[in-house]
Amino acid sequence: MSSVLYDAPGPKARRRSRIISVVGTLFIAAVLGAVIWVFASPRVTAGGATQPGLFDPTRWDIFLDRALWRGVGEGLAATLRAAALASVLAIAVGVLLSFLRTARSKIVRVPTTVLLEFLRGMPVLLMMLFILLVMNTGSFLAVVIALALYNGAIIGEALRAGVASLPKGQREAGLSVGLTPLRTRFLIEFPQAFRQMLPIIIAQLVVLLKDTSLGYIVGYPELLRTMMQNYGTFFGSYYLFSLFFVVFAIYLGINLLLSWLARVVARRTGNQAATNFMNGGGGIFGRRRKKDFVDLSQPEGSVALAGAASNDFSSDN
Amino acid sequence: MDAVLAELPAFARAFGATLSLLLISGFGALVLGVIIAAMRISPVASLRAFATVYTEIFRNVPLTLVLFFCATLIPYINASFSDYYVLALLGLTVYTSPFVAEAVRSGINGVAVGQAEAARAIGLGFGQVLTLVVLPQAVRMVIPPLINVFIALTKNTSVAGAFFIFELFANARGQANQYGGDVIAILVATAVLYLVITITLGRIAEAVERKVAVLR
Repeated sequence: MSSVLYDAPGPKARRRSRIISVVGTLFIAAVLGAVIWVFASPRVTAGGATQPGLFDPTRWDIFLDRALWRGVGEGLAATLRAAALASVLAIAVGVLLSFLRTARSKIVRVPTTVLLEFLRGMPVLLMMLFILLVMNTGSFLAVVIALALYNGAIIGEALRAGVASLPKGQREAGLSVGLTPLRTRFLIEFPQAFRQMLPIIIAQLVVLLKDTSLGYIVGYPELLRTMMQNYGTFFGSYYLFSLFFVVFAIYLGINLLLSWLARVVARRTGNQAATNFMNGGGGIFGRRRKKDFVDLSQPEGSVALAGAASNDFSSDN
Repeated sequence: MDAVLAELPAFARAFGATLSLLLISGFGALVLGVIIAAMRISPVASLRAFATVYTEIFRNVPLTLVLFFCATLIPYINASFSDYYVLALLGLTVYTSPFVAEAVRSGINGVAVGQAEAARAIGLGFGQVLTLVVLPQAVRMVIPPLINVFIALTKNTSVAGAFFIFELFANARGQANQYGGDVIAILVATAVLYLVITITLGRIAEAVERKVAVLR
């Protein structure tokens, strides 16, 4: 481990580090142990009866039932269906908004800017409620449209930052070989911006996938609602924790996979700004320290890009 | 529009409830997030591992799940925890803290390595390097992304409104049910109240960013 902040530890520091390490591990283990103990200890119901703890096998035997797994499959399929449709639409909306936002005419640009602020500043959940009540679309479309608009607005801003960060020569070269401004944007600038911003777009799609769970609130039977509402009522609150645990594990698995994919893509495309951000590396605490943070070989705009991109990425939803 | 005017006090109360959710859980997330960030950069391997796992778990689980756990399962496990307001604050705090931690960490990483090297070269120790050289520079870089985290938190408080808490979203839902003819006005008024908070925070972030850009 090489960090700039401290020397390679000597015997004394190593001993101290080991002691702190043991104490820290014990402390964390104690906290986790306490949580597990609370979960596992018998539960006293409001009526005064005792039930076995949450890890008791009798609370988990429903998973032997094949019908339950079909429910998991259905819920997961509903979640993925909404997420897939919303992702495609969000990217389309993002491309469109990034074009309108950078339009030459003020009549187009200004309303788009206002619309973007509006879409990014209000909760997705409120948007879903709006679409559900005002447009009367049904819960599936409410979830999909709201997610497409909200995430489209964020992807649009990322794409715009990507275009802005390209060297000016790209556009000039396109124009000088006789392409129209629009074709230059489409054929020269846009493909580069998209590749550069791909990790951030994927990260935003993770957010989108997570937000499909808001369907639980507006009545779309996605994974959480299928399991907790439909199956939860059917099997009774005795199995509540077991059902929740399965939903939790599925969401965690899918999202970790997607996040990992985003990191791989960031590394593959060699995008320094995105890679730096996603690994949290490259700085003082990074393990592999290739370059200093401010990379002078990059064009002017890239520092601003790194800032804009990282903001979009870290502001969750 | 009439419904909004008639229910103005309810809107005001809801706005206050959203603000207090934001302030309290924002403060909690800030404290917890800084602790997690400190653990993540500490020389002790077990703390680092714990902080990494914590961050990965809570960043990859939907907020709806976290709040569902707080609102339904915690009261189920122990009936004595049934104050939904406190449980919602707990859920929002825990969910937001890893985002705060990442913002803080990336801000610290944003300080040029040469700064730390120079500090080490003149003989400062680990604590001195951090408190005298790295953190004062990092704080400036951390503020804009932190504000973005709080903007996200503002919007996330609406999810808490779906779990037994009264705030802007819950108010909007209730009013929309009550005044079927005025749905659009009610929802737009609610959206505007959210935008008052998020756009103000966004402007502050931009102003700070501009200031930092000059310093850089």
